[in-house]
Amino acid sequence: MTRWNEEKCRALIEETCAKGQPLTAALRALVDAFGYIDDAALAPLMQGFARSRAEVRSAIAYYDDFSMRPPGRHSIRLCQAEACQAAGARALTAHACAKTGLQPGQTSADGALTLHNVYCLGLCTHGPAALIDGKPVAELDEDKLDAHLAGLEP
Amino acid sequence: MSTRIYIPADTLALALGADELARTITDEARARGEDIKIIRNGSRGLCWAEPLLEVQTDTGRMAYGPVGANDVAGLFDADFLHGGAHEKSLGLVDDIPYLKTQTRQIFKTCGLYAPDDIDAYAAHGGFAGLRAALALDAQRIIDEIEVAGLRGRGGAAFPASIKWRTVLSAKAPRKYVVCNADEGDSGTFADRLIMEGDPFLLIEGMVIAGLGTGADTGIIYVRSEYPLAADILNAAITAAKDANWLGKNIQKSGKSFEIEVFVGGGSYVCGEETALLESLEGKPGIVRAKPPVPALHGLYGKPTLINNVITLCAAPGILAQGGAHHKALGSPDSAGTMPFQLSGDVKYGGIYEAPFGLSLRTLIEDIGGGTRSGKPIKAVQIGGPLGAYLPPALFDTKLAYEAMTAIGAGVGHGGIIVFNEDTDMRAQARYAFAFCAHESCGKCTPCRIGAVRGAELLAKDAPDMALVEDLCAVMADGSACAMGSMTPIPVRTAMTHFADDFAPKDAAQ
Repeated sequence: MTRWNEEKCRALIEETCAKGQPLTAALRALVDAFGYIDDAALAPLMQGFARSRAEVRSAIAYYDDFSMRPPGRHSIRLCQAEACQAAGARALTAHACAKTGLQPGQTSADGALTLHNVYCLGLCTHGPAALIDGKPVAELDEDKLDAHLAGLEP
Repeated sequence: MSTRIYIPADTLALALGADELARTITDEARARGEDIKIIRNGSRGLCWAEPLLEVQTDTGRMAYGPVGANDVAGLFDADFLHGGAHEKSLGLVDDIPYLKTQTRQIFKTCGLYAPDDIDAYAAHGGFAGLRAALALDAQRIIDEIEVAGLRGRGGAAFPASIKWRTVLSAKAPRKYVVCNADEGDSGTFADRLIMEGDPFLLIEGMVIAGLGTGADTGIIYVRSEYPLAADILNAAITAAKDANWLGKNIQKSGKSFEIEVFVGGGSYVCGEETALLESLEGKPGIVRAKPPVPALHGLYGKPTLINNVITLCAAPGILAQGGAHHKALGSPDSAGTMPFQLSGDVKYGGIYEAPFGLSLRTLIEDIGGGTRSGKPIKAVQIGGPLGAYLPPALFDTKLAYEAMTAIGAGVGHGGIIVFNEDTDMRAQARYAFAFCAHESCGKCTPCRIGAVRGAELLAKDAPDMALVEDLCAVMADGSACAMGSMTPIPVRTAMTHFADDFAPKDAAQ
């Protein structure tokens, strides 16, 4: 992920439009590049896809993957779905919240970490599962999660 | 010649350290002067044994699992390169009872080779179905699907041939085949394993669907939680084009078909077919009213075939072997096989593909081996977050569409999650409402408001259960799609079969 960059943003939007892909494909490209969708992207998105500000914002608001707030430098996505519940995901999430002082969806004040909920990673035989900085991990418990947290660079 | 070693590279194997295992084996082999070649294959679906290491020996592929990097030195000491005995030995992989007792149609070749190895796919019978389909006209292709009795494997179990024929008979300048790979149901991973392990099977199935419906464009809608599946599919699409099994003038037949991958945005309801179409058009995934059905008025208003991954993956086998072969497996209303997916607190979780008709008990106890924790089973949930919670008293029910319907449950996408005695079923019912509240697209009031109210009610110490039931009735009867209308299924089955868990909190003390 790189820092917000207006020129790159415009290039990504133009590229998506040129391929005939829809608005959400551009949102995906922006999030993959910058981690979020900056306010300054709204105007080129509206222009590129001939949508109103409300239409662009509603598409961003609808999908869990898209956000207009910069994420933390690290991310933990803990699976909340039933198969992981059967393996102790509820207690593990409570532990993660207590340990980090964050609720799911929140980013720490120093911008180091964002805690997310996710609903099924398809690792259901080895719950609780999570994505830590995009890397899949399985059979988590409190000790393993603490070790992962301690291993994240500040 | 180098000894061939297979180490899966699907997401689960990676989460369990398969990359580190492969590196350690490479280093150890170099240090010992052994000549090996590591192949990163797809998963065999024996998830309980992952990472599952296989070695090609003179007698066949010997399996070891689950194997970690710290087992490597011991494996070399035990001469695993020649199938030597080790505490992690599972014997010949084809003789492992979990695998040997399956009837694999969809997962027949998954895990045999690297997912990008198109030659290996073809050498194991790949493209035989497509080759057969290229020689048939569209009506005859659909006739085979109809004879096969194939029903949609995504959850709704709608007869595939009816959808295919509706799209074929629609007159339009453009038609689409959309693969629903938004496998959001918890406890399901068959789509993921196929996409990551045998992606050419899905490509072959989609081309057949294109030939059967007269569509020349395919789109695979993959959920964003499966990034590796999307990458592997994209690589496979390129390889299939290079080999002329995809693209223009396929195998000089004069027929063309293109496929692209579209990654979703993290919304469960986009697995509902009309919400999925909205999402593909770049809009919020808000469900459309039906009719018109997508088969007539789908993507950008054009006739669109929408089938789940496993449904499309059944087509190559049906065309290669004939529909009657498929129909002969399973029961009259539930033809063919289903890759059941066992997970949660179960000893042997993984894919168990079998003809419809085996009992829940057989699957959970004989094959699954009961709970991993050793605690008694309290319930299973079958068919994802909108599926029923069932108690052990109902475990003799057969896994077939008609038998499950009779007890107020459904097969869904074939996922079965095992819960042990520690589970609070009221918390599970409340979660069903809360999940619906989180994922509801907001189009219809029963789902949008009902789910929030349901979660609030079940959070109280002494919920008004008559009101909960009333709410369930309104949601079941009044919601626009399965999200709202089926959320009452886990709630009601939990209430019916586990009434003790719903007693007022103070009275239960």
